[in-house]
Amino acid sequence: MNAYYVAILQGSVLTVGVSLCALVVSILLGLLGASAKLSGRPVLGSVAAAYTTVIRGVPDLVVMLLVFYGGTIGLNHLLELAGSKATVDINPFLAGVLTLGFIYGAYMTETFRGAILSIPKGQMEAAVAYGMHPLQAFLRITLPQMVRYALPGFTNNWLVLIKSTALVSLIGLKEMTYLGKQASAATRSPFAFFLFTAALFLIYTTISLYVLRKLNARYSLGTKRGEL
Amino acid sequence: MKWDIIFQPQNLELYATGILTTLWLLFSSLAIGAVLALIFALLLTGPWAAARWIVGAYTYVIRGTPLLIQIYLIYYGLGQLEWIQARWDDVWPWMYFKESFFCALLAFSLNTAAYTAEMLAGAIRETSAGEIESAQAYGMNRFQVMRHIVLPSALRRTLPAYSNEVVMMLQSTSLASAVPSMLDVTAAASRIYSTYYLPFEAYIAAAAIYLVASFCLIGMFRLAEKQFLAYLAPRKH
Repeated sequence: MNAYYVAILQGSVLTVGVSLCALVVSILLGLLGASAKLSGRPVLGSVAAAYTTVIRGVPDLVVMLLVFYGGTIGLNHLLELAGSKATVDINPFLAGVLTLGFIYGAYMTETFRGAILSIPKGQMEAAVAYGMHPLQAFLRITLPQMVRYALPGFTNNWLVLIKSTALVSLIGLKEMTYLGKQASAATRSPFAFFLFTAALFLIYTTISLYVLRKLNARYSLGTKRGEL
Repeated sequence: MKWDIIFQPQNLELYATGILTTLWLLFSSLAIGAVLALIFALLLTGPWAAARWIVGAYTYVIRGTPLLIQIYLIYYGLGQLEWIQARWDDVWPWMYFKESFFCALLAFSLNTAAYTAEMLAGAIRETSAGEIESAQAYGMNRFQVMRHIVLPSALRRTLPAYSNEVVMMLQSTSLASAVPSMLDVTAAASRIYSTYYLPFEAYIAAAAIYLVASFCLIGMFRLAEKQFLAYLAPRKH
């Protein structure tokens, strides 16, 4: 019995790994998407708009199954066309990271776009006047200031992302939900094991909330709040 | 791409059954969830500390854990507990725990109730102090203030956030496919995928169905906001 709890605990390392890697992917895609939407170029803008509308209108699970099953067949087709006899299986870890990153990239795009829009325009004008090129201006002026505006939305996205890692168990990644389900099937006491898995998730989300609250306080230093 | 297979009558029928299950799950869990959420929100903002604490703990746990695990807990977990198993052959509420539809519905309702309760409680707390003061000045009691002033405005102000919750719930219903013998849109797609080995066509068709459903829901909420939140809209002239 105890061995199952240990296995689920070990699976939690994978859960943390998938969610953190997916977070990195989603932040990069979110920054790309937000800059595409704000670039003022019609083609880039409509690609980003299509990305965010479609992803946010379709369940994560469907996107994940599409990428996982469709991706495997698509890759094998490509290999066949290239004349190779080898077949590939998509690694569930990679598939999970890429799909979760791709899905939450769409949510991050909206969060980051809103945050960038909240920065006073004069800041950018001043950066240009000082002769900074766009990347410099982004890193020195936009990024440090947008963190404060982006954090509330970012926190929500992150919590949803953590919980979505449970879905990756459905495409065969052996993270804690998957192991919890296996343990329940093997021992016929599902309630205890699912409760244990849920508790681990709760600990993970609670720690995240605590850290993000500290970050929020750090990035709000020196901002004046209105007194009601 | 072999789209003609998707459009064969028996497969279209599979999707149609899936759509019915998905919509039925969505609207019944939203209805049950809304009633529970209203009660929970009143308890969260109410005078009893114990009730605030209990409901707060409930929403914290539900919002901090994945819905998939909540479904597993109810579907696989509760059925194993002896005090339920002993009764589920004949005693009234317990016999439903044998049915996968009921288990999925229970999980979705409890889940959406937690999220909606927090939104509503937020809107109730943010009711402007002046409105409450003037209601009290008119001699309204606690119940009357709630019934005539706070709730009507809080329910309206929750609309935009609630529309997000409804779209999220539509997508969450796809998790019902993780429960055996549930045939929602996602499960229909999975069944077609495993019969014909056509992942792209099967899941893209499902994605299109969800997309259309999301747009319809968003459109309905736009109309509702125009109707109920007209007084909050910026002045045109």
